[in-house]
Amino acid sequence: MTLALETRGCSKAFPGVQACDSISFQLEKGEIHAVLGENGAGKTTLMNIIYGLYDEDEGEVFLNGEEVDIRAPSDAIRRGIGMVHQHFMLIPVFTVAENIMLGMETTKNGLLDEQGAAKQIREFSHQFGLDVDPNAYVKDLPVGIQQRVEIIKALYRKADILILDEPTAVLTPQEAKELFEIMRSLAAQGKSIIFITHKLKEVFAVADRITVLRNGRVVGTTTPGEATEAKLAEMMVGREVILTVDKGPPELGDVVLKVEDLVVLDDRRVQAVDGVSLQVRAGEILGVAGVQGNGQTELVEAITGLRPVLSGEIEILGHDTTHSTPRQIIEAGVAHVPEDRQKHGLVLSYPLVDNLVLSTYYRPPFAHGLLIDNEAVDEFGREVIAEYDVRTPSEYVLAGKLSGGNQQKLIVAREFSRPSELVIAAQPTRGLDVGSIEFIHQRLVEKRDAGSGILLVSVELDEIMSLSDRIAVLYQGKIIDTLPASEATRERLGLLMAGVHKEENK
Amino acid sequence: MTAQSKEMTAEATSSWLRTLVDLAVPVLAVLTALAIGALVIWASGADVVAAYKGLLEGALGSMRGITETLVLATPYTLAGLAVALGFRCGLFNIGVEGQFYIGALFSVYVGYAVKGLPMLVHVPLALLVGALGGALWGAIPGFLKARLGAHEVINTIMMNYIAVKTVDYLVKNPMRDATSTIPRTPFIERSATLPQLLAPYRLHLGFLIAVAAIFVVYWLLWKTTLGFEIRTVGANPDAAQYAGMSVTRNFVLAMLLSGALAGLAGTSEVLGTNRNLPAAFVSGYGFDSIAIALLAKSHPFGILPAALLWAGLRQGAGLMQVRAAISIDLINIVQALVIVFIAADEIIRWIYRIRRPKEEIREVVFTRGWGR
Repeated sequence: MTLALETRGCSKAFPGVQACDSISFQLEKGEIHAVLGENGAGKTTLMNIIYGLYDEDEGEVFLNGEEVDIRAPSDAIRRGIGMVHQHFMLIPVFTVAENIMLGMETTKNGLLDEQGAAKQIREFSHQFGLDVDPNAYVKDLPVGIQQRVEIIKALYRKADILILDEPTAVLTPQEAKELFEIMRSLAAQGKSIIFITHKLKEVFAVADRITVLRNGRVVGTTTPGEATEAKLAEMMVGREVILTVDKGPPELGDVVLKVEDLVVLDDRRVQAVDGVSLQVRAGEILGVAGVQGNGQTELVEAITGLRPVLSGEIEILGHDTTHSTPRQIIEAGVAHVPEDRQKHGLVLSYPLVDNLVLSTYYRPPFAHGLLIDNEAVDEFGREVIAEYDVRTPSEYVLAGKLSGGNQQKLIVAREFSRPSELVIAAQPTRGLDVGSIEFIHQRLVEKRDAGSGILLVSVELDEIMSLSDRIAVLYQGKIIDTLPASEATRERLGLLMAGVHKEENK
Repeated sequence: MTAQSKEMTAEATSSWLRTLVDLAVPVLAVLTALAIGALVIWASGADVVAAYKGLLEGALGSMRGITETLVLATPYTLAGLAVALGFRCGLFNIGVEGQFYIGALFSVYVGYAVKGLPMLVHVPLALLVGALGGALWGAIPGFLKARLGAHEVINTIMMNYIAVKTVDYLVKNPMRDATSTIPRTPFIERSATLPQLLAPYRLHLGFLIAVAAIFVVYWLLWKTTLGFEIRTVGANPDAAQYAGMSVTRNFVLAMLLSGALAGLAGTSEVLGTNRNLPAAFVSGYGFDSIAIALLAKSHPFGILPAALLWAGLRQGAGLMQVRAAISIDLINIVQALVIVFIAADEIIRWIYRIRRPKEEIREVVFTRGWGR
């Protein structure tokens, strides 16, 4: 079988770090090749070399057996390499056809030939099962369909090799399944696909071969038949990983969070949270599942005082906090691991020690009156960094210099090191590597066993299912159902996440 | 050791180098601007060496030159600190000019209208009232931003017009000194005058106040809870809100403090240099101070060298004009070029091949989009 793409000994160094260390990688024609690795393993750097965003320091890239020098993405596109980024590059107010033509508009008598493009799109739809209406506006399409538009965009540019960068991060389990079917259909018709991911299950669902990267090196290439999840996880992390979370039955205490008929507007002044009621008791983890964008962000922001409540009530530890400020809520005993660690969780230009006292800087021992006691701040920082295993050469490093996993550990360290009885954890492991996920899950369970109530909001079904004692599914701002974890299956949750209630589904 | 921790150790050891590079950019910006200035002088047919020798001698060549440079540096320092403090909170206070005028107005009134106080009371009182005037003027746009989301850039500019025209009216009418032929306020009392440091030179106590203000601002920003909040709001308002700080309260506070510093700059001009407030009072310090804050990268300790540079260029320009028979406006060109090179430091980095660290984290965001 001929190779569609090959890299031989590709290396790329950034100041102080060897991002890719002599990577040799082979993509056969018509295969789906998963590239698996933790954050910082070099997946993205390798793809950027292939796609012409970076120039390799050493090594060669071969396309169809021929050595090539790809200097820019336009080069890559011309040679038939298409990339679907994690964040879509679509213009919401344009139609599908317009988006697809963008950058290589075909004209007819000096006018845009939209019909021609639409025809081409329908052909792709037919050929690969990529169902899309060419005249729909992108802003009206669900995320899964937008992703198809991105794939069609690449095909329209005559791509034979498709690079999909963490494509399932934004999809429901059903949407992911559909994507896998599309991928298989593409591969069956001769397209070669590089599938970048850090989710082990997906690799087994769709890949023909798997290459695992760690620290910029290829650890090995295997097939789903030969490997097991535990084996792959070990290859990724370099040590044995505990994939399941051990926890006993919950010891329920008092209600620590009570939300009633909550209505919250989003930034566009649309009701993002539409009459949510829920309760969290001490000693349990309530998981809130749902596809991204179904009101999770607004729900969490309303509970933590960051977003005004339109109507309804919130009670935390017996106090009415519906209209309290974030500080009042923090002081009531709430720890909050925010959804967006870089936007809300950290000041990236601050050293770690300052980030660790971001919400306690004004209280003893960190401050006496107006004066900040920097020694106390530094000492606290050193202790907590050690306790929570934040990997850093010094406690004065800027937070922005840490990896995502260490940034998240830093936030968890700050929030869990102060006494709290209610923990709000929003997407606590988003984008993290297996090792950090394991760490954060253990800390959440520890916190639960110590008697805190935990509201866990996550779009990762595996996370919800392995941690929660009860699971509520949020769909279009409403809790469509709440079930005990023991009754939750992936299928059932997946249907609920798509808005299909059990009764209606018969 | 993982690749990543290797990266960070490498960075920790090179951090002093980073600091050096950070310093290099402003210095090279100034030198490059002077070099281009030399080209302009040469192109206009004048003697480059004579011109720059004149510039240097005018600024530093005599006791008079040096002290006059320091006299000019006084309002530059205070006003530059005002802009820098705003930047630290993520606010672009273009209203320093107006706050400067109001500070001058308030202090000159206390200076001439209040009589019979001992100097030890009168001087601090006049300083305090001047600073209060500026604080008030700065707090208004701060309040408008906090309450209504009105952008401070627009409102501080508008407040400038109001301040300048109000001062003009008051000085020409109710506050006018009837005994004078030109429109100006009466002279302030002796007891309100900032004492000279090295008589007979004009250098006055205001310079020491400005230097002290540098340390006070540094202390405030890095050693107090108020400063921690101001800097956090400036660096990441979302994180500040998340952590329980009041973003809006800090907007008002930062504008108030910034205005107070600007007001103090106007006050020192009136109490130390002018001793009255003429209708022809044209400051321009407010706008130059933006340049100084940029040059200093909004760090209090960078303000003094930047202010001295600006003052030196202004002070030396006169002798340069005499020696080389070129327009004083050349200095404006040099100053403008410095600003261009600081604002677009890519140019300097490109000329001198200074690489920008890959993911540089900007410590100060100069201005954000519209609204909150």
